[in-house]
Amino acid sequence: MSTNDNGLSASSAPKFSVLSERNLPLLATAIVSLAALALIGQMDTWVTLTLAGLAMGMMIFVMASGLTLVFGLMDVLNFGHGAFISLGAFVGISVLLMLPSWTGADIAFLNIAAILLAVVAAMGLTGLAGYVFERVIVKPVYGDHLKQILITMGGLIVTEQLIYVLWGPDEITILRPLALQGSFTFGTVAIEKFRLLAVVLGLIIFFAMRWTLNGTRLGLVIRAGVENREMVSALGYRISMVFILVFVAGSALAGFGGVLWGLYEEVVTAHMGMNVMILIFIVVIIGGLGSVEGCFIGALMVGLLANYTGYLVPKVALGSNILLMVLILMWRPEGLLPVNKSR
Amino acid sequence: MSDQLCLNLQGVHTHIGHYHILQGVDMAVPRGGVTMLLGRNGAGKTTTMRTIMGLWQASQGSVTFNGHDITKKETHDIAKGGISYVPEDMGIFSALSVKENMILAARTGDMDETRLDWIFQLFPAMKKFWNWPAGNLSGGQKQMLAISRAVIEPSSLLLVDEPTKGLAPAIIGALTEAFMELKQTDTTILMVEQNFQMAKTIGDTVCVMDDGRVVHSGKMSDLAENEQLQEQLLGLSMGAHQ
Amino acid sequence: MFSYIFSGDFPRSKMLTLLLVVIVVGLVLTPWLFPGSRSMETAMRIAIFIVLVASYDLLLGYTGIVSFAHTMFFGIGAYGVAITLNEMGRSYEGIVIGTVLGFICSVLLAFFIGLFSLRVKAIFFAMVTLAVASAFTLLVSQLYQFTGGEDGLTYSIPRELSPAFKLVQDKVFGVRINGKLLLYYCILFASFGLFLFMLRVVNSPFGRVLQAIRENEFRAEAIGYRTVIYRTATNCLAAGVAALAGSLMAIWLKYTGPDTTLSLNIMVDILLMVVIGGMGTLYGAVIGSTLFIMAQNYLQELMKMASDQFSAMGLPLLPELIHPDRWLLWFGILFILSVYFFPTGIVGRLRKAKT
Repeated sequence: MSTNDNGLSASSAPKFSVLSERNLPLLATAIVSLAALALIGQMDTWVTLTLAGLAMGMMIFVMASGLTLVFGLMDVLNFGHGAFISLGAFVGISVLLMLPSWTGADIAFLNIAAILLAVVAAMGLTGLAGYVFERVIVKPVYGDHLKQILITMGGLIVTEQLIYVLWGPDEITILRPLALQGSFTFGTVAIEKFRLLAVVLGLIIFFAMRWTLNGTRLGLVIRAGVENREMVSALGYRISMVFILVFVAGSALAGFGGVLWGLYEEVVTAHMGMNVMILIFIVVIIGGLGSVEGCFIGALMVGLLANYTGYLVPKVALGSNILLMVLILMWRPEGLLPVNKSR
Repeated sequence: MSDQLCLNLQGVHTHIGHYHILQGVDMAVPRGGVTMLLGRNGAGKTTTMRTIMGLWQASQGSVTFNGHDITKKETHDIAKGGISYVPEDMGIFSALSVKENMILAARTGDMDETRLDWIFQLFPAMKKFWNWPAGNLSGGQKQMLAISRAVIEPSSLLLVDEPTKGLAPAIIGALTEAFMELKQTDTTILMVEQNFQMAKTIGDTVCVMDDGRVVHSGKMSDLAENEQLQEQLLGLSMGAHQ
Repeated sequence: MFSYIFSGDFPRSKMLTLLLVVIVVGLVLTPWLFPGSRSMETAMRIAIFIVLVASYDLLLGYTGIVSFAHTMFFGIGAYGVAITLNEMGRSYEGIVIGTVLGFICSVLLAFFIGLFSLRVKAIFFAMVTLAVASAFTLLVSQLYQFTGGEDGLTYSIPRELSPAFKLVQDKVFGVRINGKLLLYYCILFASFGLFLFMLRVVNSPFGRVLQAIRENEFRAEAIGYRTVIYRTATNCLAAGVAALAGSLMAIWLKYTGPDTTLSLNIMVDILLMVVIGGMGTLYGAVIGSTLFIMAQNYLQELMKMASDQFSAMGLPLLPELIHPDRWLLWFGILFILSVYFFPTGIVGRLRKAKT
């Protein structure tokens, strides 16, 4: 028996290999990017598109991560997730419209501060809405997928209508804060400032989630719960509290994503959540229900693919993502990095 | 008499959907030692365990644990009240490391060093795969982890459901030794087992179930000597089955 | 005789029977009872949606499959007729060919989607159908040379089925007997026929297996039914009937576009109708469609009156809540309540009340 101080061996996990199962998706994404470079031909266009794809992917990740975690942990299919995206967008944009001096200033610091304030407000409200949604709409239908789909769709419809009631029937256009408009130019390469911000924020969220899941006790409970809820209960944890927490967090993240998406598109409509839900579903399915990492990779793939095909073959942009989903499902029916589910 | 009882089930019925699985279970588990729960497949043994643990709600009857009525309690409260559970499928979190599995089980946060040392004495192999993802463990190793998890915190009652299922004889031997060690503690053990050798070796009392009811209970030594009774209750003699 | 026509599946409730009779009589006598082209449009829409929603009930209510691709099949049937009539000009052959093409395409597509769904978890199915339906909608708008894109296609139908064709010189009880009336009754009776056909299907041995699958798929499989085959068959059947409904719609409106067939709103409407009416009853489709479409057309006027009144009184928020455009809000709430409290919908409620 190999020993060190306390008799515990350091590690005996399988050797790290670049070509290991888990790294294959990331590798595939990199290969696709390089292939796109070959097809596009021009470096500067490629850089712009890649950044656009990454930014889009990050935003979708932020919006989708909540959904996948809720499904993985609670086995709840929330078709109303899009409502939180729209709601968050409207709240965030309203906050921004209340701070014209901050958003109109050509000072990046003030602009970002305004956005962060908007995001916090959005997350607060959507988190609260998420709590109400979970208690009132979702809880009574735990375990019944059919009813979940129906009832959460109902929740989506009602929330959309309420947005119309509170903010009026028209879409609201919004300009990005002044210092975040336009791009940095390095020679012939244009890097959109806002997209850069989106990538940075997305990465922060990803690492924050990773740290929570892997480095905290709560994260441990969540990861265990995704695999086997009953056992976590049997170890003495009140899993229902964890459910609520995850649902609220997921809704708040959707709100966050909504604000970013609204600024990205420069317009917010009550229907925008529903519109982006299709991409979110594709990402969640590709990544594997319940897997945050899978969701991340899936989102990057989808974002990059949408932008590359949008440039190369515009007609098939959405179709390409659906094709991607079909191909991945044929290769790995459970998604790219699925979670091992027992109970 | 009743305060000698760790666990007392009275007239427990459990329905799963349309199915009426437990049809009036009366079971008394004395404090200390090992009570074996035997019976043919489908007799309702696992359902009984799950009902005690609150994973399935009893539709009728009562479950009393150390004098407290836990029939309507929720699983996490039952666990916190001092019942540990090792389910049939072991309930290992394969994405977590062995260490993380243990951390989760040690509810108060840090694992008691002495307790951990004692577990390493029971299962020396645990030290070897401490940092491995639990999913990489073999069947026997997973079972060791499951049991370690259940005993890292001292508990009044340990429910174990078919610990030797699918395991090689050598491992079964190791498990049997471990349970004999566990017997020395204050913990009462209620165990479902199909391996009659093991049941004979470690069991003090025995309850036999059939068709959702307890049809026999008494001392293990009495049942072990009575081949006729064994045939009648279990369909074969305990000596024949390995 | 009635038992044969209704395949032994009676309303089983006096109130329900009464409602159904009222609806049927209303639809049949609409030209006389509710004169004007608007009522005819509403009535026709009700009839066609009864078929569409009933076909969806086959999937959702009887087999437990949630699909968001149903409007896609509706659209395929509609565009089948539209494109054919557009290319071939007004003709009966055009109608027949278009309908048959639409039907076959729908069934084939449903078959492939069904096959694909075998590979993935059932939970994915709903999401996949949503994605596929969206892709189809996009495809339609991009192939605008064929499909007219966002604007859709307008075309003509045979003269005998148009208002210009007079069957009888004078009005009969105040109604002109013309081709349009003829068309109205053709479509109406086609709808009744399709509905009764579906009633027959769900009450056949095939239908009973579907219900067994819905109750407990594992058990059904264990008993020996290859659930895969049944689910695929139901998928195809429902898609085919939806396509036929689409063809009927296309013939009546003489216009087909994404907004009348493929829009997600229509899919949501179908969901609302089937759940509020009553899942797994088929009659629920009749009640649900009638209620919904009537509300869509007439409730809005009521709401407008109330909203204006509240506005005039200077009340905050209330006018927006009761605004006619917000009628979906109330139906959405009704929908949620239905899923909770009356999963068997209005029909279920009525049937229960009888005992």
